[in-house]
Amino acid sequence: MSKLSALEMNLLRQIADLHKIPEGAYNIRENGQLGGRNSTENIEISTKTDKPGIDIRIKPGTKNESVHIPVIITKTGYSELVYNDFYVGEDSDVIIIAGCGIHNSGCDTAQHDGVHTFYVGKNARIKYVEKHYGEGEGTGERIMNPSTVVYLEEGARVEMDTSQIRGVDSTRRSTKIYAKAGGEVLVLEKLLTHGRQTAVSDMEIMLEGDGSRARVISRSVAQDESEQTFYPKVTGGAECFAHVQCDSIIMGRAKVSSIPAINARHVSAQLVHEAAIGKIAGDQLLKLMTLGLTEKEAEERILAGFLK
Amino acid sequence: MLSIRGLRYAVEDAGGGREILGGIDLDVERGRLVVITGPNGGGKTTLAKAVMGLIEPASGSIKFNGTELIGLSVTERARLGISYGFQHPPRFKGLQVTELLSIAAGRKLTPNECCAYLVKVGLCTEDYIDREIDASLSGGELKRIEIATILARNSSLMIFDEPEAGIDLWSFSKLTQTFEAIHKRSDSTIIIISHQERIIRLADEVVLVAGGRVTQTGAAGDILPHIGDVAVDCAIKEALV
Repeated sequence: MSKLSALEMNLLRQIADLHKIPEGAYNIRENGQLGGRNSTENIEISTKTDKPGIDIRIKPGTKNESVHIPVIITKTGYSELVYNDFYVGEDSDVIIIAGCGIHNSGCDTAQHDGVHTFYVGKNARIKYVEKHYGEGEGTGERIMNPSTVVYLEEGARVEMDTSQIRGVDSTRRSTKIYAKAGGEVLVLEKLLTHGRQTAVSDMEIMLEGDGSRARVISRSVAQDESEQTFYPKVTGGAECFAHVQCDSIIMGRAKVSSIPAINARHVSAQLVHEAAIGKIAGDQLLKLMTLGLTEKEAEERILAGFLK
Repeated sequence: MLSIRGLRYAVEDAGGGREILGGIDLDVERGRLVVITGPNGGGKTTLAKAVMGLIEPASGSIKFNGTELIGLSVTERARLGISYGFQHPPRFKGLQVTELLSIAAGRKLTPNECCAYLVKVGLCTEDYIDREIDASLSGGELKRIEIATILARNSSLMIFDEPEAGIDLWSFSKLTQTFEAIHKRSDSTIIIISHQERIIRLADEVVLVAGGRVTQTGAAGDILPHIGDVAVDCAIKEALV
């Protein structure tokens, strides 16, 4: 950590709120190299031997511990495909903070494709926080394609909180979650695109066991000429409940598509989907202007609240 | 404080132009509580919106403390000290009650300060302070939060557009006490658009607006007996001719 430059520290702040060496287990990947690692008594991080990436093994019963695994790229033209596997022991309760920051000051594409697979043991709970951030004065594109697969054993719970606010030129997100009996899925996805950025989010949740449930809240803002496409899909193969809510604010000449699917494969599957796309309502802007904000300030407050 | 002269506003509809304000003249002195009342469609809300700058009148003058408001933006008028409580306030997905009240106050309010404003509109505060101003709020709750934003704003001219609409009886009673208290304890000028007798009785002056014109002004005791009678209906008919 001490070798990291101010630029790299800024990326770490943006994606992981890290201002210093994190407590607990961590693995920092910078430009494909190991920038720092710490395993703890209960959380062991090791380098994969067959492909790029790491294995994170969390002992059963580990509670109130965290794992930080930020990725930073500052080299223009650098691309990588990384596989991170998480083995979360039964009855654990941990927070995993991932995220990728790219600073591209050159003219070549910088790209991070991360495949994260979670094997969550019986009655274990994880909160997975993922932030994507891009910056840099270069013309080279900043691309991030995260792929997340979660296997929930009986009674396990995953809370996914993902956000990508500005700076990433192109993203293709893939999320697949499989829940056994009593499994619980909570996904909060926040996305803001601008300029000519494109974003595609492909999400599939399979509720396979009785008593499993899922709640998905997707909020996005598409500005300028950016384009977003959402494919949230839930399949209920047991007595289960799912609620998917997708809200998008469209601005400028942006394009947004929301293409939901709910598939029931069981008579007691209760699946709900709500989707809405619209511009900021005129009366919302006017209300905040009557409280003394300018139109631009009002717009910023509305967007900040929406994506909070 | 507020001086309105010859204010006219018309809209286009299927039958051509329709005049909503037909030359309003009105003066409101500093520190007064004025209730504007009159039949539906008479132009009350349009008049209030014109003062806030939410609509642009065809002609006329609105002076606030000597400053001509015509041509100024909503933001500029708000910063001069005018606030307007919407008859149908918007909802904000993601924005919490405390954030909206803080925007209104122009600074970050403490939970206790937010509570104090919410109590004045009859809301049990702990339940509301972190609530989002979204579809989970009932119309009455939304309306009371809207009124609380005007209280937090604490401007020199507060305009409330039918504050009683959608509010239950208990809260209405609290609300009338709140208006009375603001009027007694502050220098603010208060304009309330209302049909409610209890609110009309709070007024220093009642202004009857019908058919896009001020048809009568006076004390509550003078105006109340005439509300809803033939004189008002005739005023509307006259204006429509």
